[in-house]
Amino acid sequence: MIEVHELTKRYGDREAVKGISFSAARGQVLGFLGPNGAGKTTTMRMLTGFLPPSSGTARIAGFDIFTQSHEVRRRIGYLPENPPLYPDMTVRAYLTFVAKLKGVERGRVKSACEAAIERTGLGDVSGRLLAHLSKGYKQRAGLAQALIHEPEVLVLDEPTIGLDPRQIIEIRQLIKGLVSGDRTVILSTHILPEVAQVCDKVVIINSGRIACEDSIENLTRDATLEEVFLRHISADAAAEERAAHALAEAEARV
Amino acid sequence: MRNVLTIAGRELRSIFVSPIAYVVMTGFLLLGGWFFFNLLARFNLLVSMYSSFQGGAEAMQRLNVNEFVLAPLFHNLSVVLVILVPMITMRGFAEEKRAGTYELLLTSPVATWEIVLGKFVGMIAFITVMIGLTSIYGLILWAYGNPEVGIMLSGYAGLLLLAITFVTIGLFASSLTENQIIAAVTGLVMLLLLFVIAWPADSAGKTIGDVLRYVSVTEHFADLVKGVIDSKSLVYFATMIAGWLFLTQRSVESIRWR
Ligand SMILES: Nc1ncnc2c1ncn2[C@@H]1O[C@H](COP(=O)(O)OP(=O)(O)OP(=O)(O)O)[C@@H](O)[C@H]1O
Ligand SMILES: [Mg+2]
Repeated sequence: MIEVHELTKRYGDREAVKGISFSAARGQVLGFLGPNGAGKTTTMRMLTGFLPPSSGTARIAGFDIFTQSHEVRRRIGYLPENPPLYPDMTVRAYLTFVAKLKGVERGRVKSACEAAIERTGLGDVSGRLLAHLSKGYKQRAGLAQALIHEPEVLVLDEPTIGLDPRQIIEIRQLIKGLVSGDRTVILSTHILPEVAQVCDKVVIINSGRIACEDSIENLTRDATLEEVFLRHISADAAAEERAAHALAEAEARV
Repeated sequence: MRNVLTIAGRELRSIFVSPIAYVVMTGFLLLGGWFFFNLLARFNLLVSMYSSFQGGAEAMQRLNVNEFVLAPLFHNLSVVLVILVPMITMRGFAEEKRAGTYELLLTSPVATWEIVLGKFVGMIAFITVMIGLTSIYGLILWAYGNPEVGIMLSGYAGLLLLAITFVTIGLFASSLTENQIIAAVTGLVMLLLLFVIAWPADSAGKTIGDVLRYVSVTEHFADLVKGVIDSKSLVYFATMIAGWLFLTQRSVESIRWR
């Protein structure tokens, strides 16, 4: 469903994502982990067609993210790191707008909104301005926006960031509920228990490179996810340090 | 087309719920009313002066409201538009970038030209309402005097075309930045340039002078205000509007090349 091949992103001369490849099958929930600045958001922005890759490709539902961006965007629901809300709109007006924007048929806009409101528990606040919602409810509105057109693929960038523990649990339940049947989900997060609970598969990215790609059972067979995560990001960091050291030595010799 | 209307609808709505819209509209109507009142007062003074002269009747033939009230009114309003239109257009793209909703727009299955056109349509709908409200001055003249309606309509058309052109330039400025203030200032400077670019025309030699005069908005607008509907002016406005919309589309799209 999602096949990423040698995807690279340069900002100026700084490489944020360095030729990563991974894949997710239909119906899988992929946990996308990595320390701050690893390149998670950058990767997700490329997959959703917001940023063009510098090189490499990815296919989503068989469509190339660059040459067939329009087809890809029709099939993706995306919750960016900061939920993309218009503060001056009510929840319902906002979702109606997004539904039309995502190409929901005219006659089904209303029912799609109601369904999304229902799914994300926004019923009590559907008439309120987005500016006045608490962070947890803003995040819900962001989720509602992402799934309003029943996309085949959901890309969620840190959906539980900055929420209180109760909200985290509720949003996590909500995400579990969304993961039904055929829907493929990529979820980035720093909360490892979340991954263990929700995901089938884990990809760990560290300073723009894939450090690990495996199923959750394999990874947690003889260690906790935390240990695995730390081992992979430090192993990588150590390798990079050794490489930098060797390079410096080589340069010193010249 | 549906996408364009969806985006235009949201834009118009967000303009109308923001206080900026009301401040701009009130300011525009207040200044317009002030100009109108003063121009009319001056006109009355001229009329009463001429009518007390010997042989003033002949001179009075040459006094008409189109030339003495409406034309200066349109010119004054055009200067006010230079300042106020960037206040409306500055939010356009800059605010979407700041709020992160840009990411929603660009990852939705809509084309960039639909986004640009949607914003454009929303904004000109607002500007049309604003300019439409000044038709009250025309109606007053029509009720109490005898303006030439054709010339008056041509003047309004000129004002509207001018404002639409300004919107496209303001929108382009807004697409360059995520800071509304920078967008407003850039837009304002570009509009002022468009007004004064023909200043060196008289001393610049024939060819360059003609080019500058054609590029500047002033002469085309002045023609329309005089009631001269020249196809050259219409082509000018159409080219400007299409050209700036095109550049805005390129600017929005450029995020996909970087
Ligand atoms: N627009 C940009 N211009 C230049 N550099 C950028 C830009 N966006 C991100 N970067 C850099 O690219 C790298 C990867 O950033 P990215 O936001 O993808 O990381 P992340 O994994 O999402 O981190 P976090 O967990 O903090 O959200 C970082 O070093 C960041 O500074
Ligand atoms: Mg991030």
